[in-house]
Amino acid sequence: MKFGSKSLKLMAAAVGVALMGSVFAGCGGSGSGSSDEIKVGANFELTGNVANYGSASMDGLKLAVKECNDAGGINGKKINLVSADNKSEASEAVNAATKLISDDSVKVIVGPAVTANVIAESQVATDNKVPVIAPDATSPDVTVENGTVKPFIFRSCFIDPQQGTVMAKFASENLKAKTAVIYVDNSTDYSKSLGKVFKEKFEAAGGKVLDQQAFVAKDTDFKATLTTLKAANADVIFVPAYYEEVGKIVKQARELGITCPILGTDGWDDPKVADIAGADALNNTYFSTHFSDKDDSVKGFIDAFNKEYGHAPNVFAALGYDAGKMLIDAITRAGSDDPEKIRQALEETKDLKVGTGTITIDKDHNPIKPAVILENKGGDRVMVAKIMPE
Amino acid sequence: MEVLQQVLQQLINGISLGSIYALIALGYTMIYGIIKLINFAHGDIYMVGAYIGFFAITQAHLSIVPSLLISFVVTGCLGMVIEKLAYKPLRHAPRISVLITAIGVSFFLEYTSMYFVSPTPRTFPAMFGDVAVSIGGIVINGQQMLILGITAVLMIVLTYIVQKTKTGKAMRAASFDVETAQLMGVDSDRIISYTFGIGSALAAVAGVLVGVYYNSIDPLMGIMPGMKAFVAAVLGGIGILPGAVVGGLILGIVEALVSGFISSTFRDAAAFAILILVLLVRPAGIFGKDVKEKV
Amino acid sequence: MKSLRRNDLVMLGIGIVIFAVLQVLITERIMSSFWQLNVIIIGINVIMAVSLNLINGYTGQFSLGHAGFMAAGAYISVVLTTFFHVPFALALIAGAAGAGFLGFLVGIPTLRLRGDYLAIATIGMSEIIRICIMNIDYVGGAAGFKGIPHNTTFAWVFFIMLFALFFIKNFVNSDGGRACLAIRENEVAAESMGVNTTKYKVMAFTIGAAFAGVAGGLFAHSFYLISPNSFTFMQSFNYLIMVVLGGLGSITGSIAGAFVVTFISAALASWPEFRMIIYALALILLMFYRPQGLFGYMEITDYGPFRKILKKGGRDDG
Repeated sequence: MKFGSKSLKLMAAAVGVALMGSVFAGCGGSGSGSSDEIKVGANFELTGNVANYGSASMDGLKLAVKECNDAGGINGKKINLVSADNKSEASEAVNAATKLISDDSVKVIVGPAVTANVIAESQVATDNKVPVIAPDATSPDVTVENGTVKPFIFRSCFIDPQQGTVMAKFASENLKAKTAVIYVDNSTDYSKSLGKVFKEKFEAAGGKVLDQQAFVAKDTDFKATLTTLKAANADVIFVPAYYEEVGKIVKQARELGITCPILGTDGWDDPKVADIAGADALNNTYFSTHFSDKDDSVKGFIDAFNKEYGHAPNVFAALGYDAGKMLIDAITRAGSDDPEKIRQALEETKDLKVGTGTITIDKDHNPIKPAVILENKGGDRVMVAKIMPE
Repeated sequence: MEVLQQVLQQLINGISLGSIYALIALGYTMIYGIIKLINFAHGDIYMVGAYIGFFAITQAHLSIVPSLLISFVVTGCLGMVIEKLAYKPLRHAPRISVLITAIGVSFFLEYTSMYFVSPTPRTFPAMFGDVAVSIGGIVINGQQMLILGITAVLMIVLTYIVQKTKTGKAMRAASFDVETAQLMGVDSDRIISYTFGIGSALAAVAGVLVGVYYNSIDPLMGIMPGMKAFVAAVLGGIGILPGAVVGGLILGIVEALVSGFISSTFRDAAAFAILILVLLVRPAGIFGKDVKEKV
Repeated sequence: MKSLRRNDLVMLGIGIVIFAVLQVLITERIMSSFWQLNVIIIGINVIMAVSLNLINGYTGQFSLGHAGFMAAGAYISVVLTTFFHVPFALALIAGAAGAGFLGFLVGIPTLRLRGDYLAIATIGMSEIIRICIMNIDYVGGAAGFKGIPHNTTFAWVFFIMLFALFFIKNFVNSDGGRACLAIRENEVAAESMGVNTTKYKVMAFTIGAAFAGVAGGLFAHSFYLISPNSFTFMQSFNYLIMVVLGGLGSITGSIAGAFVVTFISAALASWPEFRMIIYALALILLMFYRPQGLFGYMEITDYGPFRKILKKGGRDDG
């Protein structure tokens, strides 16, 4: 096929004009915004390495917003969700946040999913006094920096120390484990800091961590490192990581003949883990998460999500939905779309019913909520413990 | 576990990982050999192949062999179409422009797939029960052996095609000099198209097998294996079929040993370091002939 | 020579006028902060593209590891400003020196390789740099380096960019630059004419890497946080795309390439689902339409109206 050079010139010109148009639209059309809508920005990983996590959270958020708009919006005002893609990269997260704030004049931003991207964004948001709700960033320094709370940054998930403590306690008390090995995802703050907390608490409880190994997100073959971990012959393996790798790790660990319990965290909470690893391999594994899908109070959310998207929500989607709920509640109580008032309202969030349960925001801008520990058993998940934060 | 036992297990792990790299590298090296193009889209063709196989299994409810065949044929055609649309018009353009086009094709395949199938990973249903053999504590997995076997068979078949058949002869002629081959009566365009077809079909086989083996596929799954296959191809000497397989195996073993005895975070660095060291000693790869430039 | 100097002055004048206009747009807040940020990114990308062009376009060495040098410069400069409170300018210079030194070290052995073998070796080098940074907890490891002071302003970027452009333009027109061009055209012939090919290849590589280091420093100080993820080989591809799109061996081309690529990406920000698809199609179409890049080997000063303003010297009579 050969295009004539004329038609190509035309095409190039058309693309150019379209692009220029978008710039001027971006420059001129913003700022004012009609008064019967509230502009909310969504800055997520929609392309790039962790697009699957970002877009899942985005789906959850969209559902919360849709439910709110279908019910007539907030005081008659509809929420207008403006999305921006940060390409799974920190500098692009800053770029996207800047666009949302300056060109789209959003009043509040939800996202990104990954800790590093939220931290990069938080500076821009703080400078421009726009509140941020991070659905999935569990590292403590997302909301607190050098001991002071960042006034504009909130989150809808619990923080690493809570989960790490819960799992270390579970390993030593319930499973009576004396020794453990830790296998972390070296490319995320999430995994590294959970590994650290687990080691600390497990050793404080008298256990011994025999070995710590690391992998990098998007790895597919874990057998080499698992062979090393197998040689350590520990009572449990702790794998604080995300579902894509977790599924493969559990599968390959069992293939290598590792039979001990494998423990994990909320990154495991996705039906895909069972699909990838297979129900048999997944027996004798435990993970902490935000809710049990058997819980009656979360049935409503799960059904609604299923109806909208045709599959069950994973943890990212659930937390994105929670972030949406927090946002809607705060705007309602603020009674206006003034970012400062929304910020105050977010701080005062109390006993709010969200998708995964009921939350109250503490003084560090973290939600207070219980962690549940689920056991994978014969293709099903059974709740074995529900632990409130200390 | 004793050290020796661990080393042996790591070698097994390395060979099975390496045979996957080798399988992708075979197609890479064929295409490179004929038009000297670093086909950055190769990894993404592998991804498309995996998805076609996935949909054949889950949507059309076919078993593994027909699904592999469908993926083989469809992806092979896709490779030929891509060549015709994107690369052929640039046959006489600077090589670097073709390379940029290849990057463009790669982005296009990744993100159109992401648009249609969403970035969420998909999982293959269990196709066949997996048998694992344990010999003195060393575990060997049935699927690993299957992949290694298929790689070996494909390498032999391809070498036969390239060395003994008429098409193969034309391929080799075209890879020396496209224009001279044309003057000798070789339909270079057709030969290049075939090569792309075969190379892409091979990538599809790799995609489906890897999809079944790791049980998870996603639209960006091709980026790293594509890069690794390229490394494997260069390691063995670009354009040389057995070289690609040996390169892939070396890469796999190095990665397994580094992951096992140092840390898997340095795995990729070690793979690249080996590549650079080999190139410094043998600038054209292990099996490559260092052709002296004529003045 | 005289006409060259005069041309430099004219171009400097034009540069300052452009700077003044943009600076007014920024201080008067006519340009939104999103586009302000993107103007800065364009400037940084111009530095990256033009320095890569020196290696790929003028010297003909197919390097694909530019992001690695950028990472080195970025991390060196942020460690200095954040941990040791070194003045920004000094930190940038240190970043440039560090990246340049690294380029020198990497260049000596690898530049013996040719063509695609060099390409994969340089990708390998930049990945090794990135993976090493990822494993150093002192600089935040894979999660990134946090709390970087926000020092990069439009003025910094613009004047460093101008400096880079003039430096590379003058280098290309110097004896060293001629030697590089000779290497690009035919390495064997150049060598037999007495050009010390290794010396000039390494020289071009070092200069290119040093400017990538400066660009890295500027990049890091505009985003509060950098992570090794920002410097993958995909990023090196991006810079290569800018160079080829603009035209290998054209400084004007590198500016245009950096501008077009950054602009497309920013302008499509509102359509995240289609952004990469459209970008990919634009890339393929542009290569069909102009495989030699927008400018080929030409500079903007080679075109009609500019020839009249600037008395042409330099390039053509060399």
